[in-house]
Amino acid sequence: MSRSLPWAPVALIVLLLVLWQGAFLLAGPDALAAPLQTIAYLAQQLTTPEFQQHIAATGTAFLIALLIAIAGGLLIGLMLGLSRTATEVAEPLLLAGNSIPKIALYPIVLLLFGIGLSAKVAFGALHGIIPVAIFTMSACRNIAPVLLKSAAVMRLSRADRIRSILLPAALPDIVTGVRMGFSLTLIGTVLGEMFGSQSGLGYLLMTAIGLQNTQVIMAVTLLLVAFAATVSTALLAYERRLRSRY
Amino acid sequence: MTRPQRIALYQALAVIVPVLLLEAGCRAGIVKPLTMPAPSAMTVGLVQILASGRMNAAILKTLANVAAAFVSSAIVGIAMGAVIHRIAPVRRLLEPLFSTYYAVPIYGFYPLFIVVFGLGDAPQVLIGFMLAVVGVIVSTLNGLDSVPRVLTKTARVWRMSGVQTALQITLPYAAPHLFTGVKLAAAYSFIGVIGAEFIMSQSGLGYEIRFAFDNLDNGVMYPLILLILIVSVGLNMTLDHWDRRLRARRGAGR
Repeated sequence: MSRSLPWAPVALIVLLLVLWQGAFLLAGPDALAAPLQTIAYLAQQLTTPEFQQHIAATGTAFLIALLIAIAGGLLIGLMLGLSRTATEVAEPLLLAGNSIPKIALYPIVLLLFGIGLSAKVAFGALHGIIPVAIFTMSACRNIAPVLLKSAAVMRLSRADRIRSILLPAALPDIVTGVRMGFSLTLIGTVLGEMFGSQSGLGYLLMTAIGLQNTQVIMAVTLLLVAFAATVSTALLAYERRLRSRY
Repeated sequence: MTRPQRIALYQALAVIVPVLLLEAGCRAGIVKPLTMPAPSAMTVGLVQILASGRMNAAILKTLANVAAAFVSSAIVGIAMGAVIHRIAPVRRLLEPLFSTYYAVPIYGFYPLFIVVFGLGDAPQVLIGFMLAVVGVIVSTLNGLDSVPRVLTKTARVWRMSGVQTALQITLPYAAPHLFTGVKLAAAYSFIGVIGAEFIMSQSGLGYEIRFAFDNLDNGVMYPLILLILIVSVGLNMTLDHWDRRLRARRGAGR
């Protein structure tokens, strides 16, 4: 794999802004908002209490969902990853579960949890938990056998084995899983807000479609994309540092 | 019983036992029919819906859009992967895009596409395409990276043209990776199209589920959800099976 250069992200952002501006010039102001105009509008919106409340609503639901997805995914992944048979049984099932369009399950989530925060959280966590579990499980499976044998020789207890062998050795892969889980949970939470919700960024997007308000749509999308890309890049950098250690 | 047989048995149990428990819960009245009908009732409902043919138009619509997104993303993805692989600076420039692409909520662009393209098929196909294409590009790049230098050097020794090299050496060698990309494209196209239909559209399976959901019509909604589960899991397992066979024949293992 070619190493990415430090200037690449900056050049990429510039390129995307140029493409955006080009699309704006082509499609016209009725269809798209210009980059500068969108950024200015977003900056102005960020100072209004109403917009801040929507961000807070999405943020709260997202954080709870992410915690559930990470904790649940780690637990499931560790439990299954400790046994070879359990891994072989569960892996195809989890992968198949991952290929399901989860949005089709949204009505079930809403019927189970009712309209409100809990449905958003459940839908977000539903998106994130499987990737975290899959990566944690395969991380446990991919640990060098010599480490596990040493643990057996030293007669480490199960808790000690998890704490001082399994988790550190599996950490890079687990971070990959958390990175995937992070983005999918964010998508799930925002999707959950698009229906049966009265607040949050997903709700803003949905009402903006009804009003054909391109400016709001583009500002919210820009905010989500910028947030997701920033956190994901940071997690990726952390992951590379962890991997370079071994 | 051999080990693979035992694994398959456990897998069957892991699916069947929860379904039976749900069935029992529904029959015993622990799960209210308003929340969820029994799995047997869902299956009967699905058979009736399919037999009546009233969802055929929606099913065909969804399948056509998924096929459009899938075929376009597979072709464009492999072609772009092959081109990007040849031009190192472009690849370095795009590497951060590839590594963060799936962190971006692609559905967030759907409202924009509706405003730009209207409520036809284009926005849904485009969402499916956008979800799928980068997975194909990345798999193609990985596949081309895996081609040993000795093979490309041999091609040069034999003075093969670029097209010949691609058709006779690099593409066949990279085939398992390309297939992984194609497998991803199938799953993502399906997820993208169904999701877009559910969010806002005028036809298709996702739309029908949304419509039934808005009207609290569990008798239609749950059978259709079951249909989507069966199709997506069935598609995934079929492709996964071929994927394993392809890799096993190559001797690459897993």
